[in-house]
Amino acid sequence: MIGDWKPVIGLEIHAQLNTESKMFSNDSTAFGQGDNANISPVSLGLPGALPVVNKKAIENSIKTGLALNCKIRGTSVFARKNYFYPDLPKGYQISQFDKPLCEEGYVEFHINDQVKRVGITRAHMEEDAGKSTHHGDYSLINLNRAGVPLLEIVSEPEIETPAEAAEYARTVRQILRFLDVCDGNLEEGSLRCDCNVSVMKKDATEFGTKVEIKNINSFRFVEKAIDYEIKRQIEVIESGGEIMQETRLFDSTKNKTYSMRKKEQAHDYRYFPDPDLLPVQVSDEWVSEIKSTLPELPRDMAKRFQQDYGLPEYDASVLTQEKSLAQYFEQAAKESSNAKAASNWVMVELQRELNDKKIDIENSPISASRLAQLIQLIDKKVISGKIAKKVFAFMLEDDKNPEDIVKEKNLVQITDESALEKMVDEIIASNPGQVEQYKAGKTKLFGFFVGQAMKASKGQGNPEIINKLLKSKLG
Amino acid sequence: MKDLTQLTAKEINSGIKNKQFKASEVMSSFLEQIDAKDKELNAFITLNDKAMDLANAVDNKIASGEDIGALGGVPIAIKDMLCTEGLKTTAGSKMLENFIPPYSATVVNKLEQSGAIVIGKCNQDEFAMGSSNETSYYGNCKNPWNTDYVPGGSSGGSAVAVAASMAPISIGTDTGGSIRQPANFCGVVGVKPTYGRVSRYGIIAFASSLDQAGPFSKTIEDSAMVLESICGEDPFDATSSANTDLSFVSSLNNDLKGLKVGLPKEYSDGEIDGEVAAAVETAKKQLADLGCEFVEVSLPYTKYAVPIYYIIATSEASSNLARYDGVRFGHRADFKDKPAADLLDFYSRNRGEGFGTEVKRRITLGTFTLSSGYYDAYYNKACQVRRLLQQNFTDTFKQCDVLLSPVTATPAFKIGERIADPITMYKNDIFTTSTNLAGLPGLSLPVALHSNGLPVGVQLTAGAFQESHLLNIAHKLEQSIGFKGEIHS
Repeated sequence: MIGDWKPVIGLEIHAQLNTESKMFSNDSTAFGQGDNANISPVSLGLPGALPVVNKKAIENSIKTGLALNCKIRGTSVFARKNYFYPDLPKGYQISQFDKPLCEEGYVEFHINDQVKRVGITRAHMEEDAGKSTHHGDYSLINLNRAGVPLLEIVSEPEIETPAEAAEYARTVRQILRFLDVCDGNLEEGSLRCDCNVSVMKKDATEFGTKVEIKNINSFRFVEKAIDYEIKRQIEVIESGGEIMQETRLFDSTKNKTYSMRKKEQAHDYRYFPDPDLLPVQVSDEWVSEIKSTLPELPRDMAKRFQQDYGLPEYDASVLTQEKSLAQYFEQAAKESSNAKAASNWVMVELQRELNDKKIDIENSPISASRLAQLIQLIDKKVISGKIAKKVFAFMLEDDKNPEDIVKEKNLVQITDESALEKMVDEIIASNPGQVEQYKAGKTKLFGFFVGQAMKASKGQGNPEIINKLLKSKLG
Repeated sequence: MKDLTQLTAKEINSGIKNKQFKASEVMSSFLEQIDAKDKELNAFITLNDKAMDLANAVDNKIASGEDIGALGGVPIAIKDMLCTEGLKTTAGSKMLENFIPPYSATVVNKLEQSGAIVIGKCNQDEFAMGSSNETSYYGNCKNPWNTDYVPGGSSGGSAVAVAASMAPISIGTDTGGSIRQPANFCGVVGVKPTYGRVSRYGIIAFASSLDQAGPFSKTIEDSAMVLESICGEDPFDATSSANTDLSFVSSLNNDLKGLKVGLPKEYSDGEIDGEVAAAVETAKKQLADLGCEFVEVSLPYTKYAVPIYYIIATSEASSNLARYDGVRFGHRADFKDKPAADLLDFYSRNRGEGFGTEVKRRITLGTFTLSSGYYDAYYNKACQVRRLLQQNFTDTFKQCDVLLSPVTATPAFKIGERIADPITMYKNDIFTTSTNLAGLPGLSLPVALHSNGLPVGVQLTAGAFQESHLLNIAHKLEQSIGFKGEIHS
């Protein structure tokens, strides 16, 4: 139980910027190139090698800063963070310290039917380290990742619940993906999330001692790790113990955090401005230029979907989870002139199929245009909604227009009243018992007759005409 | 045939072009000279075994009428701080005893593009940390004027190579005087360009905000030629300058009438050897004859130059030298008999064995001055004073075109004399470090022989990117002084 305790949570999100070359060299950032393929004297930290800033990485960082409502510093400084580790080739990481590129921003998201705003302290650029793997009595180092550009986004300690933390992280990821600056893949490590957690009494004025949790590779685990950590800290304090400032790791199989490094073992990183790099100068013109290229951001887009297409808030927020999904929806909505139908088809039928088959929306076997055509076939009463689902299933298999499928498979809706009347007559004739019951007042049986008629028409009968015929015949 | 080793780089290049002699003849003369002298002088750590092949290739070009470049066929000795692809590069340290770089420094590439041939890699103080060449893991390099004396440092080997005619030109690096001081001790020309003039890419870093490579030569003209080859913006060095004023050679003979020479008041304070002061007077008289005017200037912050230099340089060095951990390259301790207890033990043994005393001293100093709790009092304060010092120079160069001063307070000192006393050793840099802190171009020009038989020179310092001015003045001064740096042993 939380009782009169209040959790204080802050997140540090490391986003790998998807530039073609590394932060400070021409080395490729391409994934899956074989061990130590993407290296040069710079990535290796050879004697005499020097860093040169990748302008694209700065541009993407400014873009992100603007989307996170940050101030962009006119002059920001790269600093060296000094520590020894085998996969850190230079013995220091080039990062930003007291003069980060982006500061004082915020993000907003919906949670429990309320808008939550979380402040962004800073977003600064830095380079990634390499990767060590341990094999019994020896270790191997792969430096492909060494020097890959990262943007570290640091939130204010304004997050109050584990669910908020996860939602905050999802929102940041969503923004990064909308900007197309980071693929946001937690499993591959292109997005990493460290959580700072402490607890304090609700009426206290000073924060409790914070603990950093690392190694969390899903948003679900963000929630679980923080949840565990809050409970652990309260338990420690309530049983008379003290919280140690430390770094803990999350074990997702046990749903627990465990200590990795105590504060006494913490480093003095001896930050100082990197003399190999000039301060990064960002002119107001450059910032406005980048600002003018910013895409519509998820929250704005969701609002617009509500206004322009009359979507419920829920639909708008689901459809804007991913930019590609939103774009798909919007195209289908525009081309079909039926936004609500487009939203339903995308959110229900299409999403289910794509999720089952683990296909991205970008690779959807049904294009937005064809989905729009399908919706139009329904709206023009060429097919019924039920038949549309059949057509949809065919479309998943065959790369064909819905119209062609309808023709080929002879699925056109039967609107010929005389043909339908014949079917209705036959049904009434062959079900005298039900007719009698219906006439005696068991009107629920109307559905039975509709079902029979639809079945007789192989689902192709126009339901409105069938309804009308049945009503007049059954009296 | 004339002794080819006594020729300047310019004479060698034109002699080869005019077919007076061959590049291969030049190369073998210098290699013979090295063979004869270097056992005693120890100016080279490694010789380039491809040097003769490269000289032959120049001869083939001449035979087929191809252009060989402004330094075509000229042997050049390179300080062992500069990476040379396929040729061992040690930085004077045990740490890099077996390090063969897979790439060359931009400076080396540029020199090779101009046709110069790397003859060998020069001895130096370990990681350029020293003023006497005594911190080299590869033994003392000796002053060719008197082998009981140090050649200066850290680029001692590069200075000795030229002074003893084992190479007509060489490259050194200067972080706090490491070109100008050994040039002064060895009686040759040594130039440190403006910070940013010469790419630092591929040059082993000592103190990144101060390091700058430059030439040694027998004449100012040769240095001007080398500088034209090695200066210029480099996409691999973010601190390299886009300044394109590289007309060094063509400006050498400009008239000096009306140029103002500044005489820093502070540089005549303290204990300066009488004959060193006399050398400055000689230069002053010659410059006056050439039409220069004199103005006394004041650089009050230079009195802090040595302490702030040793804070900034060691701070940067403590970080720059972190990469020598024995993981990817460099010295690795023998862990076969005694496996590493943990990662710290692994690092400690690699670095403990690989680095020498002076390097360890400076890493320790720099680690301290960057430490939390001391950063503001030391590193940050030093950076603040550095900015004031820079402003001092900026203001001063509004009053004059060039500064004239001693290079060091005394000529070369004896081997072993100061090595146990780091403070006295550091004070040796009193006139040279300000130039690096302010990022300015400076040079050392030999003027006379001291009564003790060792050469004595003067230092000229100019405003940022004023190399053409600096070299012009030095060239005219050199001609009117007529000092011949020939060693009679």
